[in-house]
This record gives sequence, C-alpha cells and structure tokens, in this order.
Amino acid sequence: MTAPAVSLVGVVKRFGDVTAVDGVTLDVLDGEFFSLLGPSGSGKTTCLRMIAGFEAPTEGWVLLHGDDVTGLAPYQRDVNTVFQDYALFPHMTVEENVAYGLMVRGVDKSERAKRVAEALDMVHLGGFGERKPGQLSGGQRQRVALARALINRPKVILLDEPLGALDLKLRHAMQIELKSIQRDVGISFIYVTHDQEEALNMSDRLAVFNHGRIEQVGPPQEVYETPRTEFVAGFVGISNVVPAILAEALTGRAEAFTVRPEKISLHVTGAPAPNASTCDVGGTVVDVVYLGMFTRYAVEVAHDTTLEVVRQNLDAPHRERGLLGATVHLQWGRDACRYLSEGSTEENQGGEL
Amino acid sequence: MRLRAKHLGLRLSTWAVLLFLHFPIFIVALYAFTTESSAFTFPPPGLTLEWFEVAWNNGDVRDALSLSLRVAATATVIALILGTMAAAAVWRRKFFGREAVSLFIVLPIALPGIVTGIALRSAISIGGIPFSFWTIVIGHATFAVAIAYNNVAARMRRTSPSLLEASADLGANGWQTFRHVLLPQIRPALVAGGMLAFALSFDEIIVTTFTAGNQQTLPIWMFTSLVRPRQRPMTNVVALFVVALTFIPIVLATRLTRNTEGTTG
Repeated sequence: MTAPAVSLVGVVKRFGDVTAVDGVTLDVLDGEFFSLLGPSGSGKTTCLRMIAGFEAPTEGWVLLHGDDVTGLAPYQRDVNTVFQDYALFPHMTVEENVAYGLMVRGVDKSERAKRVAEALDMVHLGGFGERKPGQLSGGQRQRVALARALINRPKVILLDEPLGALDLKLRHAMQIELKSIQRDVGISFIYVTHDQEEALNMSDRLAVFNHGRIEQVGPPQEVYETPRTEFVAGFVGISNVVPAILAEALTGRAEAFTVRPEKISLHVTGAPAPNASTCDVGGTVVDVVYLGMFTRYAVEVAHDTTLEVVRQNLDAPHRERGLLGATVHLQWGRDACRYLSEGSTEENQGGEL
Repeated sequence: MRLRAKHLGLRLSTWAVLLFLHFPIFIVALYAFTTESSAFTFPPPGLTLEWFEVAWNNGDVRDALSLSLRVAATATVIALILGTMAAAAVWRRKFFGREAVSLFIVLPIALPGIVTGIALRSAISIGGIPFSFWTIVIGHATFAVAIAYNNVAARMRRTSPSLLEASADLGANGWQTFRHVLLPQIRPALVAGGMLAFALSFDEIIVTTFTAGNQQTLPIWMFTSLVRPRQRPMTNVVALFVVALTFIPIVLATRLTRNTEGTTG
C-alpha cells in the first residue's frame, strides 16, 4: 500500500494560551477530494496552513507521501494553495501569475508558455492571459488562482474556502467544476469549508472539526446518515435531538438519539397504526417555513422538545400553510434513530490519539 | 443673493491668503532678473539673464550645489534602505517594543529641527567624530528615514500578507519573493518617499547648521550670502533653483501616491 498523500500525526498548534488545533491525526489518500468541515475557529484552516508550511505545529508531525516535512519552509514543500482572497499578484498579468511557480523554479520560457496555455485551458480561461487580475470577475480570479496552483503539478492542492466570496449560483457551478477538474488531474484536494452542503456534495471523504479536534471522518453519506456525536449531527445537516425521557416513551430505551427531518413523515389525519418498527408521536405545529421545493415544519412534541420535519411540496402549498397550530402525528422508522452513545464507543479515526 | 455675496467673500479671502503666501516667492523670482546688483528698488529698473551666468560660474555656488546633491542622494538611499527594512519588520513580525520602534522612527519629523541639531552636535562632539560630509548625511537621514518609513509602511499595510505566502507557496525563496512580489508592490511608495526625502534634505538648513563643519550646503551658502549682500540677484537665482529642485519632486510624489490606490486584489 502506498503512503497517504498527506498525514497529520498528533498535531497540536497553540497560539499563546489558545489551542487552535488539539491533537489531530489524519490521513488523506492519493487522488482524494478531502474536506475539512467545521465552524470558524474550529482549527480547520490552521491545519491547512500547517500542511502548506505557513505555521509550524507546536507538537506532532506533517508527512507528505510518507516524508516528514514538519520543519520545511513552504517553498520546499510540494503542495500549492488556493487562498481565500485568491492572493493573485496585482501587478502581473494572468499569464505571469499562472507562470509564477515555473518562473521562480527556472523553467525555460517556451516550456512555461506551453504549460500556461494548458493550465488556462483547463480552467476555461483561454484568451484571458493578457489581463490583469483587477480586470477579472470573482469567478475568473478564482480560476486563475486554481490554474496557478495546478500548473506546478503538486502532489496536493490546498483550498481555503475558495468559493466563499462568490454568489450562490456561481458557487454551485464552481463546485461542480472544481470536482471535475480534480477528477481529471487526479491530484489530492484538501478543501476547507464551513458550508456543510459544499462538503457533502464535493468530497470523497470529509473530517468534521470542532474545538480543534476531529469529531468524525468518513464519506459524506456515512457522516450524514450515522453522525457519531451530537455536534456532527447538528452541524452536518439539520438534526432533531430527542432527549432520553422522550426516547424512553417512544422506543423503550432511555437514551438520547437524533433523527433527520426528512426521515419523519407528518400526518394530519389517517396516520398508519404504529407498530414495533416505528416511532409515533403527536404534537402541535408551531412554525411553517415555505422553502419552494420543500416546506419545513416545527412541531412541538413535548414542552421543551420541538422536532423539525421537511415535507416535499407535492400538494398545493397554500393548503399546507394553514397547518400552523394544527395537531399532527409524526412517524419515523426506528432504524432512523441514531443513538449518540453508539458513535463514541466505535473507533473514532483521528478524534484522539 | 446673500448666498452669492457670502461665496464672493470666501473666494476673495482665499485668494488673498494664497497671494500672501506666494507673493514673496514671486518677488524672489522677479529679482533674480534685476539689473541692480545690491540696491533694492521696486519695480526693478531693468531685466537681465546675466545673474544666471554669474551663479553658474561661481565656484562657491557650484561646490555648495554639488555638496547638497550628494548629501541629499546619500541620505535618501540610506533612508530608503533603513526605512523599508524597518517598515517590513513592523509589518510582518511581532516583537517586543514594536509600537515604540514605530514611534521612535517617526519622531524626528515631529521634533523641532533645532533640538535634533543640538542633540546631534553634542553626540558628534562627545564621540570625537570630525564634522564632515557624513555628519551632514546622518543629520539628514534622521528625518529622511522617517519619511521613507511612513510611505513604505502605509503601502505595506494595504498589501495583503497572503501575497507573500502565495509566492512562498509557489516555490519562491525570500529573495525571489522580495524581488518579484514585494518590491513591485511598494515601488510607488519608494519613489514617492525617496523624492520627498530628497527634496527635504536638499533645502534643509537647521539641522545642517549644527552637523556641518566648514562645508556649505546650498541653503547654508544662501543664508550666509544674504548677510553679506553682494550680488544679491545671484542668491535669488540660486533660490529659484532650490525651489525648482524641491517643488518638482514633491508634486510628482503626491501624484504618484494618489494614483496607486486600488491596485490590490
């Protein structure tokens, strides 16, 4: 088996009294699209900066393809970064920006021109080479930044919330494009984001960060369907937490569990009779939010427990809005219940040393 | 109607103030062309260009001009190097006394020249250093560094540190990053700061009085020749020259710093 493209081994980073990264162990495989997902201040960007070499770990090691690079400067590491603000050199043309990595390494001019043209074609910016970054739109700058990283054919490309500054539509288009470019070049991408939707729809695997630690690592589907902690359940998608008392009434097991809103069906009348494989609870609709494709209902099932339910708008929505205040029945399969205690007993890769 | 009258008053007083400020300079310029050599009558009895020739052929003037140019050039170069290094340190590094360093570098601008002059003279005497070209340069460098520092530091604050990180990330070592990324970013500030420093050094007189030995810079030569009013129009010619040599760089420097906004990103 070949060594992972990037390994973090017991990495700790302290800034004075603040521990930004608190013991992270992580392997990113060759050719993998790997996301570091977490709220701001959770240590994901600091991890990225330690892989790039902009920060030195207080403890632990950074390995690239099995080689210890912990003490190496950024320019000695075979990784390239796409910065959040793109960091394009404003005094250079697009071509000069893209060629920069080759120029400082002394690659000769004809080779440089050839590879610049290739890289610009790859990001669909052929013909923009003469422009200055100031004359480009946000999406175009983003592509230049990507081309500037790709041209060096690094082992790993690091992306620090690269789509954060783009509008929603462009962001969706760029997500698809980034993913397809990554598949074409076969380079590992490590992608930092706080947007769970982005992480879910682009990644081969993702790591959920919280307070400088990894809460869970796995493919998007696994992280979404079987969250190991309450934090993961709440951060990745919307999740309903059913407290132990209510859980006992519903399933006979006195342990808190989570259930996704789309797993719950809402019945105004004619709910099927509950059986041993379902949970059934009555409640009052306290909020109705129309979302176009869906309508989201908040249903109070106990005086301190409100469950969110999502329902596709198959029927005409004007009728559904009238549900506010109505008494309804919620049902879901028992296999949709995720007991939080089960997550922590399993081997949690990377969470702790 | 009343509004217009108020505007008229404002306009007139503005012009009066500007006239008051700049009329003396016009007089200096005018009397550079007068045919009288020592008396002072208004208007000048006749106009001539002969004083330009006299000034050009005067050995003292030439020596003083050459000294002033060399001092200004040397002080400017020293100021740019030290100012840039200090600005870069304050910009990129966190160290004990960072704010204090910033203040101490800029202080000579705020400090009265006479205080700087006396302080430097005492220091030079105590150190047993002979007064020379270099003592003048040191005196001028005190404020020239502050100007270079201020310009470069302002420019650096507007430069995203991620540009330097991007450069290192793409494989450039420290020197390559400086040459290809940082230097082009701060170049306008270097040119502007350099020109300002040069102009201020060129017409400096107070600090120079204390740090010069027997040498005469151009402003000192002018000052002494005013006391002995022989060939006064020649002094006016030199004054015109000094005005030109300080005015042009300052105008250029102002334009340069004004037109370089919004080049980041």
